[in-house]
Amino acid sequence: MRVVEHPILDELDTTKEVTIYCDGQPITALEGEPIAAALMNAGIRSFRTTPKRKEKRGIFCAIGRCTDCMMIVDGVPNTRTCVTPVRAGMCVKTQEGLGTFEKKEEVQ
Amino acid sequence: MKIKEVDIAVVGAGSAGLSAAYQAALAGAKVLVLDENRLPGGQLFKQIHKFFGSRAHQAGTRGYTIGHQLLERVEKSGAEVWLNTLVYGMQKDCSLGVIHDDQHWTIKAKKVIVATGAKENYLAFPGSTLPGVMGAGAAQTMINVNRVLPGQRILMLGSGNVGLIVSYQLMQAGADVVALVEAAPNIGGYGVHAGKIRRAGVPFYISHTIKAVTGDGQVEHVELVQVDKMFKPIPGTEKTFDVDTVCLAVGLNPMTELIWMAGCKFCFIPAFGGHVPLHTEDMETTVPGLYVAGDVTGVEEASSAMEEGNMAGVAAAEALGFLTAEDAEKKKVEIRGRLNILRSGMFGERRRTAKTSQLQSMSDYQAQKGGVQ
Repeated sequence: MRVVEHPILDELDTTKEVTIYCDGQPITALEGEPIAAALMNAGIRSFRTTPKRKEKRGIFCAIGRCTDCMMIVDGVPNTRTCVTPVRAGMCVKTQEGLGTFEKKEEVQ
Repeated sequence: MKIKEVDIAVVGAGSAGLSAAYQAALAGAKVLVLDENRLPGGQLFKQIHKFFGSRAHQAGTRGYTIGHQLLERVEKSGAEVWLNTLVYGMQKDCSLGVIHDDQHWTIKAKKVIVATGAKENYLAFPGSTLPGVMGAGAAQTMINVNRVLPGQRILMLGSGNVGLIVSYQLMQAGADVVALVEAAPNIGGYGVHAGKIRRAGVPFYISHTIKAVTGDGQVEHVELVQVDKMFKPIPGTEKTFDVDTVCLAVGLNPMTELIWMAGCKFCFIPAFGGHVPLHTEDMETTVPGLYVAGDVTGVEEASSAMEEGNMAGVAAAEALGFLTAEDAEKKKVEIRGRLNILRSGMFGERRRTAKTSQLQSMSDYQAQKGGVQ
């Protein structure tokens, strides 16, 4: 859920929207926001699974340090979604384990 | 590979790094600031509360306002700032390996100031890896910078100032804080922050900790348990809450990776979050020409980070001849005075003691090596 009105901060500008795709599903994002913020707003909390125990992981630090939020973004695995801004048409995928690079035709 | 030569390179564009860059550039040095993030300001822009301290420390001003003021000063000072720039390594001669605009650069600076800050501690318990368990600072970034609520029903573990302030800010953003949990028998942070959330009706569970978090693929329930004086769980005291998010405010640790690479000597100070570099009053480490400032020297808060940044910037500029010893000393006396105020009083005393011991370790090291370099 977005924090639009706030007692201290200015009202959030929600006019500039872009669409990204998470595991094929379209998601509305705000221009320039990190991927993780758009996913969290859409109710997606599990971003990847761990290599050995296949456990789900989501956001932990939100500042690009812990690497818990890594996903495959436009074919590139291990992308830190909390510090990578969205781009219209971006394809984001849940990363299983260490992930693999995808060829252009596999992205989508 | 491209090479860039500057007088002073600053790693990190947060409270400390920007302050250092401002002081050094003001003195006339050619300064380059490097930061991995898209925006400068470090963690200042998620601090929407009013700062504490004296007027000299901008008490009563909100963190993000201080951030804007600092940015403006740095822009005017002529320091160059490279954002989206990753510093991945440092050689023994302090040259920096950098990726900027998808290109590999080597930055050669006469002096390097490392102000990389700190990261949040993690705490292990059953279920602590479930999506929905996150750092309190992460939740703060989400609501105040990214403007997305990480959850609706939140439990906060840790009653230091981070736990207290973020609890309040989560409520300001529209979430319910179900409980504030503290393993110690007392609240850790300032009474004024604790009072605000207590008055808002948040129940406090002191001498309690998390026994387990459970849920199907994400946080759904959290089980608390009371602990005795030795922090041992007391069987039969378990309580369960329905929550969707658990925030951990259990301290931070300095991000020292870069300066370990350069071969700095360290000491271990728990009050500062772990291993911290030895440094002089001028903020210079055991590696000549390598300075540190802010949380990387030991976790404190933004105001002291800015003062340490000021000190490092002045000292590095002086070492390069941009300031006379007399002019530099005048500035340093003022900065030291402000730092002493920040490290005084009931809450500052522990940090003052820690800093004194860190400075002493540096003196001991220098004495052992046979005098100041």
